[in-house]
Amino acid sequence: MEQRKKIKLLVVLGIGIPAIIALYWWLQPIIDHFTYNLLPLKPETHLGEAINFFFYDTIKIVILLFLISSLMGVVNVYFPVERLRVYLTTKKMYGLQYFLASFFGAVTPFCSCSSIPLFIGFVQGGIPLGVTFAYLITSPLVNEVAVAMFLGLFGWKATLIYAGSGILLGMIGGYILGKLKLDKYLSDWVKQIQDNAQSDANTWEEENTPFIDRLPSIIADGWGIVRKVLLYVIVGIAIGAAMHGYVPENFFTEYLSEDKWYAIPLAVILAVPMYANAAGIVPVIQVFVAKGVPLGTAIAFMMSVVGLSLPEATLLKKVMQWKLIGIFFGTITLFIIALGYLFNVIL
Amino acid sequence: MEIKVLGTGCAKCNSLEEVTKQAVAEKGIEATIEKVDDIMQIMSFGVMTTPALVIDGKVVVKGKVPSVKEIKELL
Repeated sequence: MEQRKKIKLLVVLGIGIPAIIALYWWLQPIIDHFTYNLLPLKPETHLGEAINFFFYDTIKIVILLFLISSLMGVVNVYFPVERLRVYLTTKKMYGLQYFLASFFGAVTPFCSCSSIPLFIGFVQGGIPLGVTFAYLITSPLVNEVAVAMFLGLFGWKATLIYAGSGILLGMIGGYILGKLKLDKYLSDWVKQIQDNAQSDANTWEEENTPFIDRLPSIIADGWGIVRKVLLYVIVGIAIGAAMHGYVPENFFTEYLSEDKWYAIPLAVILAVPMYANAAGIVPVIQVFVAKGVPLGTAIAFMMSVVGLSLPEATLLKKVMQWKLIGIFFGTITLFIIALGYLFNVIL
Repeated sequence: MEIKVLGTGCAKCNSLEEVTKQAVAEKGIEATIEKVDDIMQIMSFGVMTTPALVIDGKVVVKGKVPSVKEIKELL
């Protein structure tokens, strides 16, 4: 990169990063001033409260989403899936491979259209099916959008629980699916690839582009993710903000409270057809929790929304027989339900 | 020049095709743009993340949709 461009980039970063942090820090007073002094709204009214909440949350989440996406972009530049594949096939891991696959499923940006090439890529490299499943389970479950939304709306504790349990679910689910010896239920052409798996196909060339030259595209990609989900974020938070002001306290408790045993399975089943993205759904879940639904039930619901999607199931049909897809989704469903109960007991 | 857009048919893959077409048109060069959506063929290029862009048999972009400007530089 030219010297002049480099200096320009550093200046932009030098001003931009502190500005973003300052905005994040003083966001509540700024938004309060905006809604109650500049707009003719009163803090005691439902409308005032809802509008304040809407602007505050939207801006906060956009900032978080941008920062987290950029951070994940940095990880992906230095540790792309090709490199993960090399690690998984060439190193002795003693069980750690499940963690590694699941963890990287979490930090890589998920696109359901990439899941098939990834699956084949892993099989081609001779990676066991269980480890591949570990990646495949966590990848949609824990993604940058879900993490940013959780962080913005539930705080860091709930986010850690969500991300941690998502990774754990991938590890355990992958391990168990691996033990079940399900290779025979793969599609025939995938079995052929598996038989011809070669670990020497696993090359990974490091690009020696300096970090500063990559930064513009990392930031642009991070912003691209924000732009892509911005509309959903706004709609989701608007619905959430409206519900906040008008839905009475403890409205949902009657159906989804802790002492109703069927609450969690019901939440999970309700979530399956809602493969809306995380951006739209988390603000609504936040209202549920604020109005009395236990966090475990909410997390189970959230995981089912993003982790159990019908479009993904039909995509997987290209590489698996229906029976394996059934076992795969069945296992994830059971684990999500179990996690929901567990959280409702311990949280 | 021979350009291939690899993708299983998701929204991102379609936008990569459009961006590529635009870059080729803006640069005014002779090029054939082919969309590859067969998973077996995609895998033969050794990519694990789609969409991907192949120029004259070499994978130049994978797992993202670059800007028109970036593609023009690659051409």
